Amino acid sequence: MAGLAGRMSTTIKAKVSSFLDRAEDPQETLDYSYQRQLESLQNVKKGIADVVTSKKRLQMQAERLEQSVVKLDGQARAALNAGNEELARTALERKQLAQNEMQSLDGQVGELEEQQQKLTDNEKKLRQKIEAFKTKKEVIKAQYSAAEAQVKISEAATGVGEEMADIGLAMQRAEDKTEQMKARAGAVEELEASGTFDDLTQIGGGGGDDIDRQLAELSTGQGVDDELAKMRAELGSGSAEGEGESKQLGKGEGSST
Amino acid sequence: MIVRIMTEGQFKLADDDIERINELDNVCVAAVDGGDREGFKVAFAQLLDMVREHGTPIADDDLVGSDVLVPPPDTSFEEAAADFTGDGLIPG
Repeated sequence: MAGLAGRMSTTIKAKVSSFLDRAEDPQETLDYSYQRQLESLQNVKKGIADVVTSKKRLQMQAERLEQSVVKLDGQARAALNAGNEELARTALERKQLAQNEMQSLDGQVGELEEQQQKLTDNEKKLRQKIEAFKTKKEVIKAQYSAAEAQVKISEAATGVGEEMADIGLAMQRAEDKTEQMKARAGAVEELEASGTFDDLTQIGGGGGDDIDRQLAELSTGQGVDDELAKMRAELGSGSAEGEGESKQLGKGEGSST
Repeated sequence: MIVRIMTEGQFKLADDDIERINELDNVCVAAVDGGDREGFKVAFAQLLDMVREHGTPIADDDLVGSDVLVPPPDTSFEEAAADFTGDGLIPG
């Protein structure tokens, strides 16, 4: 029992006992305990609200990326239709990058969803424990001598204390995860700000080097080639009958370049 | 005995089950000691399932303290190193 769990149980017991040692009047202790528990519950609610806020931010980012994906796909098609393969390739590279980020954000949103659910369940449990403590405290006040009351209070306070420590841990873990995600979301925002997901009509002026560098870092080659071929096939199918042979033109002749 | 799976809840377990959980606890300790990630993952998952399946959940309004605290289900191998040492979660 040396680890985290062991430390936690020691901490809870120490907290409860030092708290009870200081108390002169069991009745006061009970009321004070209850007040503290209600405060803790408020903190838990705040914690859940934070998780929801982070989740919404990630969701909004994912939605923006989805719009970029749709737009860039349309531009790639248009570019290819107009015979500008280079532009189509650039659009598809951006589209893939946006798509990758979108998928990773979706995964994170899912994780936060789980955290939120867990915290909500824990909050409900803690609320019920505090309710039970409230009932018990009235019974203790009414029925027990001071000495007996000390023992009963200690038991009840340990029960609630453990629940509070547990929810504290759940919250801590949710916060750690949220922090990691915030960092990730910030990185995506920087990419957005640098124009990585912008549609192609907005290219021009400065920043081009940065975009090129980011695009070059992508290992999207094969995926883009595949998609280009697919698009070409789709676009080609409409006018293929008459011009099918025209693609073979270079065959056998001077394919020197 | 009362067992709490941290961040999840409390369960009441019979002594026989605690015995079995203690065995898995020791397997976890051995895996952590030996740097065996996969072994830890499997044993820890079995330990959690054992508690969940054989334990009776404690009512939300029951103010009982736990005898054994099991780390959260999403505990990483690195975090586990702090808990699964020596006797592990349960002495013996």
